[in-house]
Amino acid sequence: MLSGGVIMDVVTPEQAKIAEDAGACAVMALERVPADIRRDGGIARMSDPDMIEGIKAAVTIPVMAKVRIGHFVEAQIIQSLGVDFIDESEVLTPADEAHHIDKFKFVIPFVCGATNLGEALRRISEGAAMIRSKGEAGTGNIVEAVRHLRSILGDIRRVGQADSAELFDWAKQLQAPLPLVQELAETGRLPVPLFCAGGIATPADAALAMQLGAEAVFVGSGIFKSDEPGPRARAIVEATTHFEDADVLAKVSRGLGAPMTGIGMDEINQRYAERGW
Amino acid sequence: MNIGILALQGAFAAHEQAFSDLGVSVTRVKTPADLAGVDALVLPGGESTTMSMLLDSSGLRTPLEIRLHDGFPVFGTCAGLIMLSSDIKDGRRDQRPLGALSVTVRRNGYGRQIDSFETPIIVDDGAQQIEMNGVFIRAPRIEEVGSNVVVLSMANNDPVLVRQGNVLAATFHPELGGNGYVHQLFLEIVEEIESPRHSKMVRN
Repeated sequence: MLSGGVIMDVVTPEQAKIAEDAGACAVMALERVPADIRRDGGIARMSDPDMIEGIKAAVTIPVMAKVRIGHFVEAQIIQSLGVDFIDESEVLTPADEAHHIDKFKFVIPFVCGATNLGEALRRISEGAAMIRSKGEAGTGNIVEAVRHLRSILGDIRRVGQADSAELFDWAKQLQAPLPLVQELAETGRLPVPLFCAGGIATPADAALAMQLGAEAVFVGSGIFKSDEPGPRARAIVEATTHFEDADVLAKVSRGLGAPMTGIGMDEINQRYAERGW
Repeated sequence: MNIGILALQGAFAAHEQAFSDLGVSVTRVKTPADLAGVDALVLPGGESTTMSMLLDSSGLRTPLEIRLHDGFPVFGTCAGLIMLSSDIKDGRRDQRPLGALSVTVRRNGYGRQIDSFETPIIVDDGAQQIEMNGVFIRAPRIEEVGSNVVVLSMANNDPVLVRQGNVLAATFHPELGGNGYVHQLFLEIVEEIESPRHSKMVRN
């Protein structure tokens, strides 16, 4: 039900209201947006339940919350709060260097990040209900999201061209379960929705992700680190719907004030996208 | 017959598949020009607050209201039903329904994502009983129905599939794991309008 929509990072109930009023189809409740996590350093963990409850009470749209990779107890806590979706996220500091959460043990759906098709299929095999390309969170730089989307979607197209014998090798190369690879070859698509995250800062960025083949977008720091969050949030929602209509994109891109400043990939020393196995 | 699907946000792809399984292609509707080109419209599930905002910003609301007033056939599921209703409880304060279906509906009336459920849906069309799986995801709950609304199916003592003239609506998701019955029913409503005398022939 999130398809064609925008999921926005929010850190306060007030921001959550702004996001809902701008047309967000869900909000991600967290204590610091990725740009601030990157600036502050240290260990990034699950948010305080009080803070998540405050955001849940402020809006009528679905609320997501992040847990550390492999930290299944944080996920148990988030589930007990009645949050709608869990993001097992590389933006937080990983709790396990080998294992992701067994997501089949939970009732509420998980979204997980991926940089390539193998990673996406491994997350699906663990029970992820949605995949998002990771991009590089907190940078305001779309380049990594584009790389990851192109990698995932390009390999889906290549697997679709493979014959049945080649699929065994694809499964080996992708380090992914053979049945999932065979299903992918048959249907030409992932068995779960593919969203885009990490670096979206403008309406044009959102439309780029959608034209490349994402089914919805996550915007983290890009909204509330910009000059005018409300109008920018709304413009990104409209751009995500009318992603193929350049006239609408031109109209909604006007007069939004400054976007978040952003950072180049050679200026950062920690790539969150490398977290996850 | 040209079936449109409102593609502002939400589960429009699943509806496209459901119609495709019945051999019917659908057109995505995002602009007033798209709307002018279709004979019927599906309003899918998704976030009704998001779709309601986009209905205004895209300029679709007024032409859609005019056509609804003239008996335009529409099929709403979940959030689509909320938008077609006459009264929304627990909506966003500026969320205006289209008023084509005389029901009072409560958003997320069964609770949050964790309260989503599946239950059998039975429709008695007079000749036979049709059973399908009803998928309820953060579903709306119909609290009151107007006297001109026909309740086609109840589940857990609530109306879940209703019809008022050319308006068909479900609180569940017949496009997910359904058997095509509800989509077929909508096609028959549209056919009935297009050629009232020959609809039986077309159907067979």
